[in-house]
Amino acid sequence: MNPALNSAAATMNTGMAPVATPWFFYALAGAAVISALFVITRRNAVHSALALIVTLLSVAGLYLMLYAPFVAGVQIIVYAGGIMVLFLFVIMLVNVERSSKERQFNRIWPVGLAAACALMALFVSALVKGRALFPERLVKLSEGTNTQDIAKALYGDAGRMGQYTFAFEIASLLLLVAILGAVIMTKKKI
Amino acid sequence: MADITTLHYLVVAAALFVLGVIGVLTRRNVVIVLMSIELILNAVNLNLVAFSHMWGNLHGQMFTIFIVVDAAAEAAAGLGILIAFFRNRETINVDEIDLLKW
Repeated sequence: MNPALNSAAATMNTGMAPVATPWFFYALAGAAVISALFVITRRNAVHSALALIVTLLSVAGLYLMLYAPFVAGVQIIVYAGGIMVLFLFVIMLVNVERSSKERQFNRIWPVGLAAACALMALFVSALVKGRALFPERLVKLSEGTNTQDIAKALYGDAGRMGQYTFAFEIASLLLLVAILGAVIMTKKKI
Repeated sequence: MADITTLHYLVVAAALFVLGVIGVLTRRNVVIVLMSIELILNAVNLNLVAFSHMWGNLHGQMFTIFIVVDAAAEAAAGLGILIAFFRNRETINVDEIDLLKW
C-alpha cells in the first residue's frame, strides 16, 4: 500500500465548513438525469450531444461535491471539451437530416426496454438490501492537496515509481493505438 | 434535511447507467448509441469517485482517470469505424449494419 495515497485520508479538512448543501446535490442530480433522458430521446443527434454536455457538466459538479477537484477538471476538459467536440464533428460529417426523418427506435425496442427494466430492478434491490453497508459518516478528503496526491501516485515520489506509474504508461500506449486506428480507418486509401 | 451519503450518489449513478443501457438497446442511430456508452462510463465514474470519498483514499479517483482515458480511446476508434462505414454504405443505422450476417 502506498503511504502517500492513504495519508490523504489522514489530513482531514478541518478548515471551513463545506458550502455544498443537499440542495446542490439534488439540483445537480436532477439536471444530470433529466438531460440524460433528453440524450436518449431526441430525434436530432445535435440536440442529444448538447444534452450530453449538460449531463457531463452536472456530473463534474457532483465530483466537486465529493472533494475530487482534479477529476472534475479532467471531466470538463477531456469529456465536455474534447470528446464532445469529436462527436459534434462526426455528426456534422454524417447525414443528420436524413436520419432525423427516419424511425428512431429499432424493431426490438420492447425487448431492450424490458431488459433495462430488469437491470433497474436488480440495482434497486441491491441498493435497498445493501443500504446498511454504507456508513453515514463520510471521510473528508483533503481538497487542497488532491492534485498533488494524484500526481504522486501517477508519476512517483522522490525518484521512486508511484503505484500507478506503470498503468499510466500503458494508458499512453492505448491512446497511441487509438490514434493510429482512427487515422487508418478514416483514410480512404492507406 | 438529511446529509448526502454515498447511497445518494449510487442511486444517481444507477439511474444514469440504466438510461445509458436503454439508449444502447433501443436507438438506431450509431452516434447516439456511442453517446449512451459515454453515459454508462460516466455512471461508473460517479460510483468510483463516491466510493473514493467513502473510504477516504484516492484509488477510486485514479481508476476514474484511467476510465476517462479509455473513453477517449473508445470514442476515437468508434467514430473512426462509423466514418469508414458511412463512406461505404451511406447509413448509420445499427439495424442496417448487417454485412457479417447471412
